[in-house]
Amino acid sequence: MSNNILIVIVVTSLATYLSRFLGVVSAEKIKETSKIFRWFNCLAYSTLAALIARIVIFPSGTLSEVDYLIRFIVVILSIAIFFLTKKNLVYPTLFSAMILSILNIYL
Amino acid sequence: MIDSKYFFEGFKSIKGVGSPAIALGASFVAIGALLKNLGFSIQESVFSTFLTYALPGSLVMAESMLIGASLINIFLAVWLVNARLYPMTVALMPLLIHENQPRWKYYLSCHFIAVSSWLIMKDNYENIEKENRIDFWIGIGTATWTVAIFSTVVGYVISDFLNKDILVGLAIVNPIYFICMMIGAMKTIQISLSVVLGTILGPVFYFLSPEWCILFGGFIAGTIAFLIGEKNVK
Repeated sequence: MSNNILIVIVVTSLATYLSRFLGVVSAEKIKETSKIFRWFNCLAYSTLAALIARIVIFPSGTLSEVDYLIRFIVVILSIAIFFLTKKNLVYPTLFSAMILSILNIYL
Repeated sequence: MIDSKYFFEGFKSIKGVGSPAIALGASFVAIGALLKNLGFSIQESVFSTFLTYALPGSLVMAESMLIGASLINIFLAVWLVNARLYPMTVALMPLLIHENQPRWKYYLSCHFIAVSSWLIMKDNYENIEKENRIDFWIGIGTATWTVAIFSTVVGYVISDFLNKDILVGLAIVNPIYFICMMIGAMKTIQISLSVVLGTILGPVFYFLSPEWCILFGGFIAGTIAFLIGEKNVK
């Protein structure tokens, strides 16, 4: 292994573990029935929602080459499949890849 | 040390109708291929998923390396994009902490906190006695982490066969899984509002700052949802 890549991997993992570690330190003093717990619960869900919306609406990698309209259609159809299959998560994930590939080739 | 009954119950979360395996697999196959193209060896790619196991962080690492960023800049960029793990940990661990359980379990298993494992645990914790939740959680974490590492290897090995069309298909799978999981989690006013407002404010704040939009948007959305929710509960 080259030194440079190894160091980058370790730096990346430390930067990631830091937030998890501090989270446990804080959690030790927080009761699950407290207001602050409910606040953090909201923050966690809203931050996740913001992250996912960002990935879909302003993607950085390969997804950015797919038209907005196609991404939008795929998301709507996948959510529809999710509800039609009584909240099965396997079908919408599988179908999303297929629908996206098909639309991307033919539209 | 770890109660195997609850560990395996958690481990089984990668099977069945709620399985994250396909979504996780798809995105880490893509990561494996990406790391190979960046010049990583297979050992380094495995090591990366093994140690970091949080997708956006690995992506930022890859992007930063491409532009030749310094170590400090890589650290800051990764920390920023993975800072969401802090509220996620604070919103999870109080549900798992029990006086009969040793502390090291919490500090070690927080490494497993990533979007998929977190959402699965949030969806299931109520079915498990509090004392056993940490072992159940370690099971979920080990299972999802194993899928991620295995998929990184697969992606690395088959990267030559992955064309643009396949990579595009792989890229949408994980966001779709997260969206469906989040919709499934919208059971209270606070969570529903958090999800809806976060979805709106995250992209809105993107116009102000692409780097900070997730944290700013998430913070404001979550705080508004909390305040409105608290008022309605009373």
